[in-house]
Amino acid sequence: MSTTAGGPPVDRFLDRLADFDVTHTVVAPDGVSDAIADVADEPAVGVELPDGLGELPGFVATDPSPSDLEAAATGVTHADLGVADYGSLALPATADGVEPVSLYGDQHVAVVAADDVVPGMPEALSALGDRFRADGDSVVLATGPSATADMGALVQGAHGPKTVHAVVVER
Amino acid sequence: MSSKRRASKAEHLRRVLATEGDAVAENTQGFNQGRYDSVADLEDYEGLKEEAREIKEDAIERLPDLIENLREAVEANGGTLYLADDAEDANEYVREVVADVDGDRVVKSKSMTSEELELNEALAGDGVDVVETDLGEWVLQVADEAPSHIVAPAIHKSRESIAELFEERFDPDRELETAEDLTMFAREKLGEQIADADVGVTGANFVTADSGTVALVTSEGNARKTVTATDTHVAVAGVEKVIPSVEDLRPFVELIGRSGTGQDITSYLSLLTPPVGSPTLDFQTDEVGSPDDREFHLVLVDNGRMAMREDDDLRETLYCIRCSACSNSCANFQQVGGHAFGGETYSGGIATGWEAGVEGLDTAAEFNDLCTGCSRCVNACPVGIDIPWINTVVRDRANRSEHGGDLDWLVEGLTPDEEPAGVDLQKRLFGNFETLAKLGSAFAPLSNWVAGSSVAGAAMERVLGVDDRRDLPTFQRETLKSWAEGRPDVEDPDRAVVLFPDLYTNYMDVDRGKAAVRALEALGVDVTVADECASGRAPLSQGMVATAREKAERVADDLLPYVEAGKDVVVVEPSDHAIFQREYERLLDEDDHEAMAANSYEVFEYVYGLLENGASETSLAAGDGHEVAYHSHCQQRTLGVDTYTTAVLDRLGYDVATSDVECCGMAGSFGYKQEYYDVSIAVGEELADQFSTEETGDRQVVASGTSCLDQLDDLLDRPSTHPIELVAPEPHGRAE
Ligand code: SF4
Repeated sequence: MSTTAGGPPVDRFLDRLADFDVTHTVVAPDGVSDAIADVADEPAVGVELPDGLGELPGFVATDPSPSDLEAAATGVTHADLGVADYGSLALPATADGVEPVSLYGDQHVAVVAADDVVPGMPEALSALGDRFRADGDSVVLATGPSATADMGALVQGAHGPKTVHAVVVER
Repeated sequence: MSSKRRASKAEHLRRVLATEGDAVAENTQGFNQGRYDSVADLEDYEGLKEEAREIKEDAIERLPDLIENLREAVEANGGTLYLADDAEDANEYVREVVADVDGDRVVKSKSMTSEELELNEALAGDGVDVVETDLGEWVLQVADEAPSHIVAPAIHKSRESIAELFEERFDPDRELETAEDLTMFAREKLGEQIADADVGVTGANFVTADSGTVALVTSEGNARKTVTATDTHVAVAGVEKVIPSVEDLRPFVELIGRSGTGQDITSYLSLLTPPVGSPTLDFQTDEVGSPDDREFHLVLVDNGRMAMREDDDLRETLYCIRCSACSNSCANFQQVGGHAFGGETYSGGIATGWEAGVEGLDTAAEFNDLCTGCSRCVNACPVGIDIPWINTVVRDRANRSEHGGDLDWLVEGLTPDEEPAGVDLQKRLFGNFETLAKLGSAFAPLSNWVAGSSVAGAAMERVLGVDDRRDLPTFQRETLKSWAEGRPDVEDPDRAVVLFPDLYTNYMDVDRGKAAVRALEALGVDVTVADECASGRAPLSQGMVATAREKAERVADDLLPYVEAGKDVVVVEPSDHAIFQREYERLLDEDDHEAMAANSYEVFEYVYGLLENGASETSLAAGDGHEVAYHSHCQQRTLGVDTYTTAVLDRLGYDVATSDVECCGMAGSFGYKQEYYDVSIAVGEELADQFSTEETGDRQVVASGTSCLDQLDDLLDRPSTHPIELVAPEPHGRAE
C-alpha cells in the first residue's frame, strides 16, 4: 500500500525531498551542468554521469583519490532511482565510486532522472531485487543528510554529508 | 526474594531514577510521540504490520532452508557464510578473519548481536584495536558504560555529560559545548580511525536469502564508511535476521524507523550484496584499488535461537526487529531505561525473551518484573509480538525454578494455588488475591483495622515486601453479590446481562458495582451478578499461569451458560475485561475464549451500545457541563475501548479532558511492591502532573481502573471516582 495520494510521483518526490531537508532543482539534461555549478562548493569531486543525465561542470574532479575524497566540499553523483513516498535516492556501489563520492563530502549533489522516480518502496524494492539477484549489486537508499541525535540534540552531518541537493532531470 | 534483596533492588532503581531518569524520559517519550505521529501518516499501518508479521512467521518456520538458500547466494557473490553455534564459535571465526588479514584495527558499526557475543572483548584479547563508530556507541566505549537502549544506546547521557567526558579524555583544543561541536569533534576523531582500519564489522537488520543482501538501517553514515573504507567486511547477525526475499523488506523498511524513533525512514538504508562494488580506498598510500580486492564474511549466530524456534512461547521473540517501540511505549522503561529494565545485552519488554533464550532464565528474571503487563507495547510492536505474554511465561518459568523458602508455610494456607512451593511469597500473596479479598471482606471492618495498623504494615513490608507507604485496600462487609441478591427484577427488560463482579468491585469498590447495576437497569437491562469473581488476572500478573488457567476455567464455566441463554457479559474492571479478550486465548480452549471475547463488554462500551440502539440518555445523570479529568486504563486503551467512556460522557454533556500517559504506574500489585514503589511513583507523577495543570487542576478526577484510582488517590489531594458513579442515576458520585 503506497502512501502516495494520487498525482504524479515526481510531485510527491519533490515534496518529500523538502520534508527531509533536501533542496532541489528541476532541469532539462542540458541544464544539469549549470544546476550543479550553482550549488556545488569547491573542491568538488564526482563520477561521470550516465548518458542522458547531462554533464558535470569542469571544476568537478573525477576519479578522486582517498585524500581528494576527504578534502571534498561537494560530491556529485547520479542516483539510479528516486522513491517518491520517502524522498529517497538510490545510490549504487559502482567501480567509479558513487558510494564514497556521495559519502565523504560535506555536501552531496545527486542527479536523478524524473522518469526514474518510482511511487513507493514496493516498486523500488522490486526493481532493486531483480538487480541484486542478477548482478549482486549494492545500493544505499539515502534520505536526507546524515544525522545523529546521540550528542544530546539532532545534528545533521554525522559521518556523512551535512546537506543534500537533488538535481531532477526531465528528459 | 529476601527483604535485603528487595531493599538493594529498590536502592538500585532509585539511583538509576535519580541519575538517568530525566534523560531517558525525555528521549523515550519523544520517540514514543514520534511513533504515534509517524504511523498516523501511513495509509495502511495495520496491513503493513500484518504483512511484516507474516513474513517473519514464514521465515522462522522455514529457517533452515532459507539459511541454505542464503549460503548459496552469498557464495555465488564471492562471500562466505559461517553459521556459528554460540558466542565463542562466532568470535573464534571473526578473530581468524582479522588475523588472516593481519588486522590491527577493526571499526564497527552498531550491532547488538556483537554485544551479545562480546566480540569487542574477544578481539581486544588478541591485541586488536576495536573502535565503535556509531557516535552513541563510541561515547559509551570512551565512558566504559553499557547501552541503555537498543536503538539509541547513549540515551541516558545528556549533552553536558558527554561534553565533560570528552573534555576529560581528550583535552580538546577548542571548547566543546553544543551538540554540533561534539558531533564534529567525534566525526573527525573517528574519521581518522576509520581511515586506518583493516576490517569493518557491521550487524545486519535483515538478510535476504534470495540475493545474499544485507540490509542496514542507520542514520549517521558510519556503517557506510565502515564498509567502504575497509577491504574486509564482516557482518554479524542472529540467524533470525534471514528473510526470504528483497521484496519482503518492504514492510520492515516502512515500519522500523517509524516504530522506533518516530522517523518515517532513517537517513540510510544500505542494501549491500557484498562484496560491494565500490573501489577499495587506501588512505595511507592514497590509492584506490579494484572492488575485486574486497572480501566478505557473513557470520550467522545461533547462540540459543534455534532452541527458541522450537519453544512455543519464546518463538515469537525471533520475529523481533529490534525497533525499540516496546521500550519507548513502556511507562516503566520511560523512567528507568535499559540499565534497570534490561539484561546482559537487551533491554525493554522484549529483552525478557531475548535474555531468556540467549543468556538463560536467571538473567531474564532479574528485570522481568518491571513488565507489569500493561500491554501498551502490544499495538506498538510492528510484528505483533505479544510481549506481555512472553514476560508472563518467563516469570512463570523463573517462579518454578526458584528454591522453596523458609517461610512457605506462612502463606501456604492463604494461597490455595496451583503453584509449586518456592514461588516468591510476595508473588503468591498477590497472586492469591481472591482468598485475601474473601477473608478481608468476611472479617471487615476488623481486617481493615488490623491491616491498617502499624505493626501489620511493618510485618507486611518485612516478610512480603508490601510497601508500608501504600494504603491497603479497604474491604467492605457487604459485597456487591450480597447487595444484588435483594434487587427486584427489571420488568419487561430490553436486554439481559450478567455482570462480572470482579474482586475489586465485589469486595472493595462496591459502590461502583452498585452504580453499574443502577445505570444498566435504568437503561432497561436486567442484571444478574455472576458467582465467580476472580478472573485469573491476579495470578497471571505474578507469572502463576497454572493458577490463572484454573480461574479462567471456573469463570468460563460460570459465565458461558448465561451467554448460551442469550445474556451479554458486562465487566466493570478494565483489566478483567481485557483478560477475557486477550489472555484467555492462552488460557482457555479456542471456542470458550471466542465465546468469552465476543460476548463480553466493558461497562461503558455496553452503555454506549445501548444508547446507540435507542436507550434514552435521560435515564442517566446529565453532565450539564460538569468538568472532569479522565484517565483511561492501559489495557482498555490497547483494546481501543477507552473511547466509549469519553463518548458517553460527551454525549451526556460532561466536559472531558483526558490524560495521555501510557500507564498510571500502579499496575495491579506493582506499585505495592517495596522494590518498585519509587518507579511506580515516578510513573504516576506524570499522570498526576497532567491532572494538576491550570486547565485540569479543578476538574473532578475519574478513572476506569482500580489501580489507576488507587494511584491517583495516593498522588492527588482530591478524590477520584469510577465514571460509572457519575452517570448512574441517583445517588450519583458527582463531586459538587
Ligand atoms: S518486540 Fe516488537 S516493539 Fe519490541 S523491539 Fe522487537 S519488534 Fe520492536
